[in-house]
Amino acid sequence: MTDISHPARFERPSALAFLGYAVGLVIIFWSFAGAGFSLDKVISSPPRFADFLDRAFPPNLEPKVLSRLGWKMVETLQIALAGAVIGVILSLPVALLAARGLIAGPWINQITRTSLGFIRAVPDIAWALVFVVAVGLGPFAGMLAIAIDTIGFCGRFFADDMEAVEKGPSESLTATGARRLDVVACATVPAALPAFISTSLFALEKAVRSSTILGLVGAGGIGIELKVGFDLFDYPTAMTVILMIAVVVIGIEQISSKARSRIIGEQR
Amino acid sequence: MTDLLDKQTAQERSTGTGAGFAPVLPVDIRACALSKSFGDTLIFSDVSFGLSRGEAVAIVGSNGTGKSTLLRCIMGLIAADSGQVEMLGTNVSAARPAELRKLRAQVGLVSQKHNLVPRLSVLSNVVHGLLGQHPGLRHWSQALAPTGSREAAMEALGKVGLADLANRRADRLSGGQSQRVAIARALVGQPKILFADEPTASLDPAAGEDVMDLFFSLARKQGVTVVFISHHMSHALTYGDRVLGLAGKKLRLDTRADHLNEAELRELYD
Ligand SMILES: Nc1ncnc2c1ncn2[C@@H]1O[C@H](COP(=O)(O)OP(=O)(O)O)[C@@H](O)[C@H]1O
Ligand SMILES: [Mg+2]
Repeated sequence: MTDISHPARFERPSALAFLGYAVGLVIIFWSFAGAGFSLDKVISSPPRFADFLDRAFPPNLEPKVLSRLGWKMVETLQIALAGAVIGVILSLPVALLAARGLIAGPWINQITRTSLGFIRAVPDIAWALVFVVAVGLGPFAGMLAIAIDTIGFCGRFFADDMEAVEKGPSESLTATGARRLDVVACATVPAALPAFISTSLFALEKAVRSSTILGLVGAGGIGIELKVGFDLFDYPTAMTVILMIAVVVIGIEQISSKARSRIIGEQR
Repeated sequence: MTDLLDKQTAQERSTGTGAGFAPVLPVDIRACALSKSFGDTLIFSDVSFGLSRGEAVAIVGSNGTGKSTLLRCIMGLIAADSGQVEMLGTNVSAARPAELRKLRAQVGLVSQKHNLVPRLSVLSNVVHGLLGQHPGLRHWSQALAPTGSREAAMEALGKVGLADLANRRADRLSGGQSQRVAIARALVGQPKILFADEPTASLDPAAGEDVMDLFFSLARKQGVTVVFISHHMSHALTYGDRVLGLAGKKLRLDTRADHLNEAELRELYD
């Protein structure tokens, strides 16, 4: 009665799987080598890091500096908000083209999705460099970079959100002769709206994080202060900038996740 | 040639099957040798029947026999693999999208689930029932709708007894109320044909009874042709003039309801 054979606790990997693990390990070690991993530096860095902290603390809290940095932070948030809003608005029509089975055919879906993939593959800082060349130094270039980055993100996820909407309501409207665009506007978009808002809030968080470093390439915002601070060995001011960024980013994340849970909570 | 066929079938309907002296009525729907497979799975084949104006027809059959699929083929929501459907004089299988929309504007659908748009008001949902006749922005929401359309929608809501809930959000309704709003949405465009796919499936028996009573009293009053799917044999016999039964991938039954009893109907399920 008791001779029911138990399954083995551990499965013996097949030869192919074993080879796979070995190759994986080799790649990981090779990557450490490529990244210049050096135990010497790891051991010698705590003192150097302590030295940096020693020189950076206390952060520069001079009222004049604080007010200058404060206004730069305001500009940063303006870039983030303006870019995210434009990006979200433009994402709607783009997502309609990217969503399968809504209004556009499979070819247009695929072309749109591939383009969005390309937009996402290019890092935001690279977009900022491109727009600095196109429209010159300053916050406008930064805003454009945020906008295009947001389109890459929201265009894709808005489309996924619409594809995931229950098909029942749209079939009911189709059955009474409504046009596709009307069906999408009346059944698909309203049902996807909470998901859109949630996605947009993520986009805004992402935009705030990006906008803080756009200044490194001259595309506006507080990033320039970070660069100048390090370039001039003015570590206390650089530290102030870092702390400010951390506080603002964490704050925005808190607000946005509160808003999101309210919206999703209300749905139930 | 097809004309001749038309008359013949209509004649059969009204005299041949025993109605006696009923006048010859126009044929609203004719399905001719319909077959449908999903991939390699045959759902049904060689399904043919005709429906006259004002007739109420129940489609019965076990779960998964393809009743919903048949309904979708008739409405042209999915294409049949072979065979033809003619609805209100239009060949559904060959119709261009614009023709199909015009045809569907004369049709209403009530589904198994109410399929209302959850975040919009009850009134907006009913106004959507007019989109077939009035495409465009103004019928996206009750707030933008022309007065005539709002009045029509309110009247339809009145008929289902829910005029006082016009402003309520659709996801704040009970199951029975939702299904009644869905009926209002299906009726607001004064359709010639009403389709219903197990409209009571998601309701408790009492609410289901109410919904069926309401649905058929309104349908009879407006003289529309009704095609409804039901798994309640009593519903099929009470509300249907005729019963079509799907079993074994074929149309096994096409009989007047008053020539049937529940026991005979039950055989279909074995
Ligand atoms: N879009 C689809 N793709 C593949 N199979 C489907 C699809 N729709 C329905 N089916 C299958 O066809 C059969 C009939 O389904 P349905 O028409 O919904 O039956 P009923 O309404 O009689 O319960 C089922 O086995 C179902 O799984
Ligand atoms: Mg079904």
